[in-house]
Amino acid sequence: MNASDILDYLGIIPLLPLAGAVILLLAGRRIGEPRAGWLATGMMALAFLGSLVALFALLSLPAEGRLQVNQVFTWLPAGTFSVGMGTQADPLSVTWLLLVTGVGLLIHLYSIGYMHGDPLFSRFFAYLNLFAASMLILVVADNLLMTFLGWEGVGLCSYLLISFWYRRNDAANAGKKAFVTNRVGDVGFLLAMFLIIATYGTLEYTAMAPAAEIISAGTATAIALLLMVGAMGKSAQLPLHLWLTDAMEGPTPVSALIHAATMVTAGVFLMCRAYPFLEVSHDASVVIMWIGAITALLAGTVAIVQPDIKRALAYSTISQLGYMFLAIGVGGYEAAVFMVLCHAFYKGCLFLGAGSVIHGNGDNQDMRIMGRYRKFLPVTAFAMVIAWLAIAGIPPFAGFWAKDEILVEAYAHGDYGVWIVGTAAALLTAVYMTRLIFLTFFGNARFEGADAALAVPVVSGGSDEGDPAVATAHGPHGSDGHDGDEDPFEDHPTVVFGEPPRPGRLHGHRPHESPVLMLVPIVVLAGLSAVGGLLNLPFGKLDFLHQFLEPVFEGAKGVKATTAQKLTAEGLSVLMALIGVSIALLVYRRGLRSPDRDPLVDRLRPVSTLTGSAYYWDAGVTRFVGGPGERGASWLNRVFDARIVDGAVNGTAWLFQRAGRAASRVQDGYVRRYALGILLGTVAVVCFVLLWAGR
Amino acid sequence: MIPALFFLAAAATLAGALGVVLARNPVHAALFLVQTLIAVAVLFLLQDAELVAAVQVIVYASAIVVLFLFVIMLLGVDRAESMEDRVPSQRPAAIALGIILLVELLVLAGHEWATGQPTASGVPLEGGGFGGNVERVARVLFTDFLWAFEITSVLLVIAVVGAVVLARRSGQKGAPIDAAEVADAADATDGDDAGAAEEARV
Amino acid sequence: MTLAALEITSSYYLVLAAMVFTIGAVGVLTRRNVLVMFMCVELMLNAVNLSFVAFARALDDVTGQVIVFFVLVVAAAEVAVGLAIIVAIFRRRRHATADDLLALRG
Repeated sequence: MNASDILDYLGIIPLLPLAGAVILLLAGRRIGEPRAGWLATGMMALAFLGSLVALFALLSLPAEGRLQVNQVFTWLPAGTFSVGMGTQADPLSVTWLLLVTGVGLLIHLYSIGYMHGDPLFSRFFAYLNLFAASMLILVVADNLLMTFLGWEGVGLCSYLLISFWYRRNDAANAGKKAFVTNRVGDVGFLLAMFLIIATYGTLEYTAMAPAAEIISAGTATAIALLLMVGAMGKSAQLPLHLWLTDAMEGPTPVSALIHAATMVTAGVFLMCRAYPFLEVSHDASVVIMWIGAITALLAGTVAIVQPDIKRALAYSTISQLGYMFLAIGVGGYEAAVFMVLCHAFYKGCLFLGAGSVIHGNGDNQDMRIMGRYRKFLPVTAFAMVIAWLAIAGIPPFAGFWAKDEILVEAYAHGDYGVWIVGTAAALLTAVYMTRLIFLTFFGNARFEGADAALAVPVVSGGSDEGDPAVATAHGPHGSDGHDGDEDPFEDHPTVVFGEPPRPGRLHGHRPHESPVLMLVPIVVLAGLSAVGGLLNLPFGKLDFLHQFLEPVFEGAKGVKATTAQKLTAEGLSVLMALIGVSIALLVYRRGLRSPDRDPLVDRLRPVSTLTGSAYYWDAGVTRFVGGPGERGASWLNRVFDARIVDGAVNGTAWLFQRAGRAASRVQDGYVRRYALGILLGTVAVVCFVLLWAGR
Repeated sequence: MIPALFFLAAAATLAGALGVVLARNPVHAALFLVQTLIAVAVLFLLQDAELVAAVQVIVYASAIVVLFLFVIMLLGVDRAESMEDRVPSQRPAAIALGIILLVELLVLAGHEWATGQPTASGVPLEGGGFGGNVERVARVLFTDFLWAFEITSVLLVIAVVGAVVLARRSGQKGAPIDAAEVADAADATDGDDAGAAEEARV
Repeated sequence: MTLAALEITSSYYLVLAAMVFTIGAVGVLTRRNVLVMFMCVELMLNAVNLSFVAFARALDDVTGQVIVFFVLVVAAAEVAVGLAIIVAIFRRRRHATADDLLALRG
């Protein structure tokens, strides 16, 4: 088989996790723990191998020939318009395949440890596999509708996974919120598809690149912005970012899967596929650029005062996604993809690390009652420090290269406004990440029983196995919430800003390190976030990713930055990162004096109140929807739905009922009457033949 | 000779047909049917359809009508039927429609047909070296209509199976129609008492 | 023109067939005894057979006669099943009057 034959079988990759999901949904209970987890992980491993094969097959083709569309079958034939099920193998889809399967594999592996003891263990993995399958369908699709299929699948799975602990009210509501918010974005996606069908008569990606030159700038702007509405929903951009922070109610591996590797990057993927429209429409590019920049900045300001470790990371994700859209807006598609990859590495590491912390200290997510955890979770601490340096933009870690490429693109593109905003957001990134790391792992210990715990001499240089002292103290799993002695559905809600710290649930135990199964993925991702920059170094011929992706974005009018521009933008960005780290270090070096007094929050009042509450946007939306929105909807329900819609439906039914009753008189049960009808018909037919047909 | 025969047979056919419709007693109707069938067989003979005429007498006039009579006797419905009609305006409507249909068909009978062509592989009624009428029919039946012929055999099997299933009494699995059955049927003709008794048994 | 000199063309047969057919049809519609209705159906079938044979003769093609065979077979099958149904009905209802079978009333 030659390379292009192999690429024709790209469709197998999404089918693997899909098969896993089907098997687990049907027979998951029987397969049980931990085999269900290994089955799902195995499927992901196979999919990852398949993606690697696809990568090498693609690399063996000449750069211009790296586009292979294989229409498997016609899905929806409708007159002259038809939609197929097919796969498109090109650098963009293969990059995403590797990302989804690779990071997904690590998260699956981690989940085997994290979900240990959960009564719904196998169902969780079924959902995880289904999620991965949907994401892969989204990525390999050769047309927008098939992408939409995966898109909706991802939305469904995010709902299922966020509200996985469905008996908790918060989790169930968060799932619904994510679902509904995504639907708002989907309306944009659907409208964009309708517009594309009306304009091109096809939904295939390959048809769009040449055709973009044909359509008017106005149509292109409309399509691009409508697609952006869809991307906003999925990638949590302003103003549809609401769901992402609530999505923290799900199990932590889900947070990692959603935020780092998959769901949120779907929007970036979509905009990359839609780049021909952006190339035509300057206006749409500007809008997207500013949405991204403002999201990056505002989410950063919110993140710096969050007390909850997962919420802080969630706002950080929103902020980082803003960078990606900023990059797309300035035409730096390759930079956006690079950012997606690096972000997947370090944010995956951070989320899995946060999961490890939460797992190890009695399901506590409040950073204010953590501190000095490096003593107890040395491996997690080490990995998260690397991820921290990466996200903060300290060279030579991955985040530096990714973020700075975006800022350089913005600078070179001449969009100084977004460049300044982006650089400011870089400062914020450094501040909130440093704060997170120092509140968690350094400074003073603030968890309950900290004095007693630290009084015991701790064996230093903890190994992968965790702290032996801890292990002997209370068993390998300590008092985490998944040992069966506690209800896994028990409430452990996220901590929202302004809430006083609650007592932890360590019950006198000390925080402990997670099992190896969970640490391996964290360490691997930490390693990747350290060296991820090698994918795309901005020196000469070392920009591998850039070269790899270039054929996809054929005709994109990217700007080649001069060395001076690079140095200016990067230098300033590094400076900002260093300033940010220094500020946070100054404030949080020693931790918190008391758990309920956060110096940054206190000093920045009342601004911190505003940002901590996420600018009251969430609360405002809730109030609007719950107040006038609900009243309006119930009015509509009462008046429009009950009277007009139901009236029409019931009226139709009434009409047919009456007509049927009248007609049923004909059916008087006398067979001979029916025969008379037949004869009448015969007479009529013969009459017709005689009068018209016989001539 | 032939015209005379035709009119004779035609008159017998029409008289028989009217008799079937007008006779109050089903047994008489069946006998009128025999008359019509035999007269039609004569008409077949007049049109060089010897085989069909023979089959008409053997299958129709004998087997089928005997089956009718057998059922009439078995069920004991050989009582005169009252000629009043419960279904409102059924009879006038039927007669009116019948007259219209007749007029239409008569017009059709005198109509020139554009498609008055023999079939492509047709065998003529006479000449062409095909032998007698039986051979001619057989030639067409077992060549052009072989497939249809085979399918009719399936139809007959289905009809036989259907008839057996329908006529079998429920509760008697696979029991053949035997003396008891006939006796039951005979009981039924005896009067209401026996019928009620049997009803109870069923 | 004497009777002997009259040529009996196909139209004569077709007119006869039309009359028999109509009589049969009216019989089906007016008679209440199911068995008699059945016989009227046979009348209609015979009328059709007659016209088939007449056409065979007019077109000098034996195929028309073959069709009659098939009509015969179908009629035989129909009578077998039909009479079985009548027997089954009679067992339950004690009569064979079409007008009393009103289960199809709307």
